[in-house]
Amino acid sequence: MVGRRWWVPWLWLAPALILVGVFLLYPSIDTFRRSLLDERSQDFVGLDNYRFIIENPQPLVSNTHVALWNNFLWLFVFTALTVPFGLVLAVLTGRVRYEALAKSAIFIPMAISFVAAAVIWRFMYEFNADIGTANAVTTQLGGEPTAWLQDKHSPLSFITDSGPDTLPGPLQLNNFALIIVGTWMWTGFAMVVLSAGLKGISREILEAARVDGGNEWQIFWRIIIPILSPTIVVVATTLVIQALKKFDLVWVMTGGRFDTDVVATLFFKEAFVIRDFGVGAALAVVLLMWVVPVMVISIRRFEFQEEIR
Amino acid sequence: MAMTDDVERPTLAAAPGSPRQRRRLRLERLPLHVAVIGLALLWSIPTIALVVSSFRTPEEIAGSGWWNAIKTPFDWTFANYDAVLSQRGLARAFLNSIIITVPASAITILVAAFAAYAFAWMRFPGRNLLLLVLVGLLVVPVQMTLIPVLRLYVALSVDVEIPLLGGKLFGTSSYPGIWLAHGAFGLPFAVYLLRNFFGGLPRDLIEAALLDGASDMQVFFRIVLPLSVPALAALAIFDFLWTWNDLLVALVFLGDPNLAPMTLRIANLVSSFGASYQVLTAAAFVSMAVPLVVFFALQRYFVQGILAGSVKG
Repeated sequence: MVGRRWWVPWLWLAPALILVGVFLLYPSIDTFRRSLLDERSQDFVGLDNYRFIIENPQPLVSNTHVALWNNFLWLFVFTALTVPFGLVLAVLTGRVRYEALAKSAIFIPMAISFVAAAVIWRFMYEFNADIGTANAVTTQLGGEPTAWLQDKHSPLSFITDSGPDTLPGPLQLNNFALIIVGTWMWTGFAMVVLSAGLKGISREILEAARVDGGNEWQIFWRIIIPILSPTIVVVATTLVIQALKKFDLVWVMTGGRFDTDVVATLFFKEAFVIRDFGVGAALAVVLLMWVVPVMVISIRRFEFQEEIR
Repeated sequence: MAMTDDVERPTLAAAPGSPRQRRRLRLERLPLHVAVIGLALLWSIPTIALVVSSFRTPEEIAGSGWWNAIKTPFDWTFANYDAVLSQRGLARAFLNSIIITVPASAITILVAAFAAYAFAWMRFPGRNLLLLVLVGLLVVPVQMTLIPVLRLYVALSVDVEIPLLGGKLFGTSSYPGIWLAHGAFGLPFAVYLLRNFFGGLPRDLIEAALLDGASDMQVFFRIVLPLSVPALAALAIFDFLWTWNDLLVALVFLGDPNLAPMTLRIANLVSSFGASYQVLTAAAFVSMAVPLVVFFALQRYFVQGILAGSVKG
């Protein structure tokens, strides 16, 4: 590295550090402080708010366990659906002549505001098969209409008729129905960022691999995936964090009813509806703690990038 | 470039061999077309439903599925669009959205690019920890920041009207206030994305330039930024989109109705019409227009094959 005066990096960082410090770090610290205070942020209560989250004393009003489990489900299923869809679409659309058109179709859901998206998906999931698209398709295929957003049964029972509630906790049909909406919206994000990364792959490398007799499958797994892996990590990390703080969609579509609450919606309820700011703040702190392992992994990767370049 | 194009797209005019070979190639590519068109159609169904619904009356929407409207396209009504477009102050709201979104996105991208350059190409103590904290703040839900920031804005309010633009100089109901808020909320993702792309640039190129006596500014503006155009374009689109579609921040920080963006105006429209889905569907399309224009304008930066070669350096 080239020698610089010690303060030069800080000059480059200053605008970002000041903005983030005022608008994100300071509110986070303030929230942490309030998570140790009572519902009106006046008296110190120690870890009582965290105990509330663990012991879940009011499951009918605000079920913290359900929210935590649902967030866990979102984290895995949402990311596991969106990243591969985005990757496959980024690679495949690059090979057809109507690439721009196909990409637009996938991207448009991102441009729709979530309120409009929620409205249209309520119609997609409408119980009445004459109105709801999902149930129109289901009945056409010989199935029974389903209340997609209310049904708490596991999706497995829906497919196999092996009886309801054969799977535990968060594996509810309505959670999956919500996650599908999230995937529909965010696949365009994954596709666009991965496409930008794909453009960095030199054509000569791909060409050389083809000349050497590699088929498209081998090229995908042995060349595209390894070169693209830093971008895949960025996309996956961003989507994991999106899943963690998912709020809008759940709030507008179900309001957290039928056991679809996630941590962010429960935080909003506690802080602004029930007006127990202590528990709300504690929930937000729990959310912040979830992200630490994710971030440590991706920072490790940055160090690795440094070593190999 | 012509040669590589042949390899990438065998069905283009320059495809080699006899017509039979060409037909075989086309047949091999059939699954590809089925997959791309299938997924594109699947993704479009809700959007098509939204478009079609925006041309229907409330009775029709509540009475039958959107696909019925395709059978009788002559029954379509423009009443929903009339209701949206005839709103008083819609033009001003549209202008407000642009006044809010463009500078806010510019702040995010520029500030993040400076920081990402330092994180990727400078050494200083605590670098990784700082990056960890900065990017970790990506998880902070915006709702969590509203009360502390609002309190700060009330305290720091500067009650001087900005000429031409309108609004106060700073605080609530001021453009600079919401620029900084949106600019800051977009930063963690922007720094993360750009740090990753900048870090992937060839080390030789940047160190050689620095050793040749180029300043950091020159390296940043003449090498790093031009080489990162696809990433900057992707970032610009998303940041623009998120700010444009934001309702919550505008709701909390913009008390003055003259400064309200489209999202706020549309939300008010919907609540004043009751649960009027049909108006909302039309409004959704009106407010989508600008983000789509931005997407199409920047799309060439990540459509394969147009810029290939020129961005590798």
